[in-house]
Amino acid sequence: MTMFAVATIAVLVTIAMVLLRALLGPSLFDRVLAGNTVGTLAVLTLALIGFVTGRPEFLDIAILYTLLNLIGTIAVLRYFKMADPVNPEQAKE
Amino acid sequence: MDMIVDIASWVLLVAGGIFCLIGGIGMLRMPDMFTRLHAASIIDTLGMGFIVLGMILQAGFTLVAAKLIIIAALILLTSPVATHALAQAALHAGILPKLKHDETDGHIAGEDGSSKS
Repeated sequence: MTMFAVATIAVLVTIAMVLLRALLGPSLFDRVLAGNTVGTLAVLTLALIGFVTGRPEFLDIAILYTLLNLIGTIAVLRYFKMADPVNPEQAKE
Repeated sequence: MDMIVDIASWVLLVAGGIFCLIGGIGMLRMPDMFTRLHAASIIDTLGMGFIVLGMILQAGFTLVAAKLIIIAALILLTSPVATHALAQAALHAGILPKLKHDETDGHIAGEDGSSKS
């Protein structure tokens, strides 16, 4: 099980780096991109944790996360298209 | 035979981890939103593919392997769709790619008032 632990640690370090980009990101789309990537990496982490602990039930949760990730990204992007994310104050007026 | 499969899983899982780390470094150091899409694509294709292949080798011909193949196929289908929608929404909002000869220098177009909608 050491190999899965090594891959899990690599994926977790990558999640930390992508979260740093989500905090730094100059535009809102950088943050959406980081959120999408964190979703993919969360699926990988779930599958790897299922292998580390020997419980393959985690794979079902991973499939669910894959579908939710796409729906969430498309929904957020559609909201941005409608609400003019570059000038939010103007959109409110 | 078991040892060969174990060694192949080690190689695949470590390669996937390295590709994930390369993608993470790219997400931090790339200068532009559109170039960061490439770094995210490395995580979505190569990193995910190698790690899932390593797990499939350890699972063997079981239901677990079938579920892993379903996960890989779903990510490979949905990740380009999300990336395309993201790039299109960014262009629609007025973010231009940072080019060498670009006079706007990659700024958000709304900031200098060049293409307000």
